[in-house]
Amino acid sequence: MAENLLYGHTRKNNQNRIEKLSIISKALWRSKTSYIFITPYMLIFITFTVLPVLISIFFSFTDFNLLEIPKFIGVDNYKRLFLKDTIFPIAFKNTLIFSSIVGPLSYMACLLLAWVINDFKPVLRAFLTTLFYAPTLANIYFVWQLIFSSDSYGILNAYLMKIGILLEPIQWLTDKKYIVPVVLIIILWGSLGASFLIFIAGFQTVDRSLYEAGAVDGIKNRWQELWFITLPYMRPQLMLGAILSISTSFGIGSTITMLTGFPSTDYVAHTIMHMIDDYGGIRFEMGYACSIATILFVMMVSANKFIQFLLSKVGD
Amino acid sequence: MNVSNVIKSRYIRRKFIKKSKVNRSRIGNLISFILINIFGLFIAMPIVYAIGNAFKPLDELWIFPPRLFPNNPTFRNFSDLLNLMQSSWVPISRYLFNTVFITVVGTVGHILLASLCAYALSKHEFYGRKFIFSLIILSLMYNSSVTGTSNYLIMVGLHWIDTYLSIIIPAFGSSFGLFLMKQFMDQIPDSYIDAARIDGAKEFKIFWSIVMPSVKPAWLTLIIFSVQGLWNLGSNIYIYKEQLKTFPYAISQIVSAGISRAGIGSAVAVIMMIVPLTIFILTQSNIIETMTNTGVKE
Repeated sequence: MAENLLYGHTRKNNQNRIEKLSIISKALWRSKTSYIFITPYMLIFITFTVLPVLISIFFSFTDFNLLEIPKFIGVDNYKRLFLKDTIFPIAFKNTLIFSSIVGPLSYMACLLLAWVINDFKPVLRAFLTTLFYAPTLANIYFVWQLIFSSDSYGILNAYLMKIGILLEPIQWLTDKKYIVPVVLIIILWGSLGASFLIFIAGFQTVDRSLYEAGAVDGIKNRWQELWFITLPYMRPQLMLGAILSISTSFGIGSTITMLTGFPSTDYVAHTIMHMIDDYGGIRFEMGYACSIATILFVMMVSANKFIQFLLSKVGD
Repeated sequence: MNVSNVIKSRYIRRKFIKKSKVNRSRIGNLISFILINIFGLFIAMPIVYAIGNAFKPLDELWIFPPRLFPNNPTFRNFSDLLNLMQSSWVPISRYLFNTVFITVVGTVGHILLASLCAYALSKHEFYGRKFIFSLIILSLMYNSSVTGTSNYLIMVGLHWIDTYLSIIIPAFGSSFGLFLMKQFMDQIPDSYIDAARIDGAKEFKIFWSIVMPSVKPAWLTLIIFSVQGLWNLGSNIYIYKEQLKTFPYAISQIVSAGISRAGIGSAVAVIMMIVPLTIFILTQSNIIETMTNTGVKE
């Protein structure tokens, strides 16, 4: 009797489970068109965007040089990175400097310029949008090499010498004192990217009648209007812009290499991105490169989460 | 509330509305004028200088102090470029073909696959939909160059090193494009699609002949983002064969070959600039329209 009860109970359970499974599989089958639609894209997206992160985390615990079978070494790579590596503190500091200057400054510039442009007539607005976005469209960083060229034919050197500020040319891109500020200026020049377009669009979505309502509620100037009406209204755009600014500003590396060569003088402009390229692309210490990449990945995502938390407070 | 109060508040309101139209002070106007001019000059100068250089004769490129505009503009640099195209080891037309091929195939494939996926994510109910979309938002939060090392390992595993595939296929899977497309499709009313479904249209037909034509601004936006990335792609860690290298790589080689090539380098850069710039100017209003529908809600 007791046995019967027991078995009967499990059988019932099994039946339930089978029913559940069949419901789920029916649901999956019903949406088969949806899965067919997403499969081609998702296959590529997972292989080249999601999987690399997992691979990177996995290999960060190994010693791997592409030729031999990877050897599991626990957290040794991270120990080496944090305790022994003498370049990492410099790269870490530079990455923080570049991202904390370029990120917020380009974000503010995008927002401010989009705000000012928004009031202009359509033709002028279209022209200025194209102009500000042009550095992202056209790859002409080589001009900056001519401007900051180290001899007296470099434009900046030539003009400063003509006016009499300088007596002899400055080695803008190789002198330790100037590399970081010069590189910062050039990167800021090209940093009005997608966020700028997103903000322009954001300002256009704001409902005009809100301004009138705001005026009744005692909003006195345009700064208050911006802070209490416009920005809260375009919060989704602000979020997206922040995400894009952070992921680009933490990933600055190739532009610096293009300007200063690799590595820069005494590693003054060496970032974590450079370390990844160095160990992954030149020295083939894949395990170590992966541990550096994992650290940078964690930095990017946590910076994003933090900024999203801050932005949710806008206009409160 | 008595009548006089209502009238009073209306009066106050009207007064404020009138004021709210002109509530930017003269100082504010002046500041914004100065701001736009400073930023505008800062951004325009290098571009103008590059264009000026392209039309300078050789002796003017290296006069002291350098000038922004040429005194005797010439097309010499452009004709020299044509000569150089015929004389280099790998013909420059080959580099140009590579760049055009990568850009066109990568962009078309990206738009097709991303739109198809975006349509399902936006208009279908299915298991795992929310998870997939949050994965895509998460992927926007990190720069794909971070995982360069593991991407290289994947390319080695797929035997895609030194093939077009290593550039084109990852371009298909760009997550920003999918994100924009999905957000834009969210704006299409469901009733629009349901009506077609009742008429017996197949899902792919709905996607192709109803949804795709109505998201034209979005795919124009995807075109510019995809083109600006692929068109400007220079040297790459996946490509070692000279015949597969791209046009921007060839330019950087020309420019680095020495002073005498500086004019030609600028001429190439000006030609290169024309394509994405033209697309952007033509599609700008569509891009802005697409962007109004995007954004990340917390």
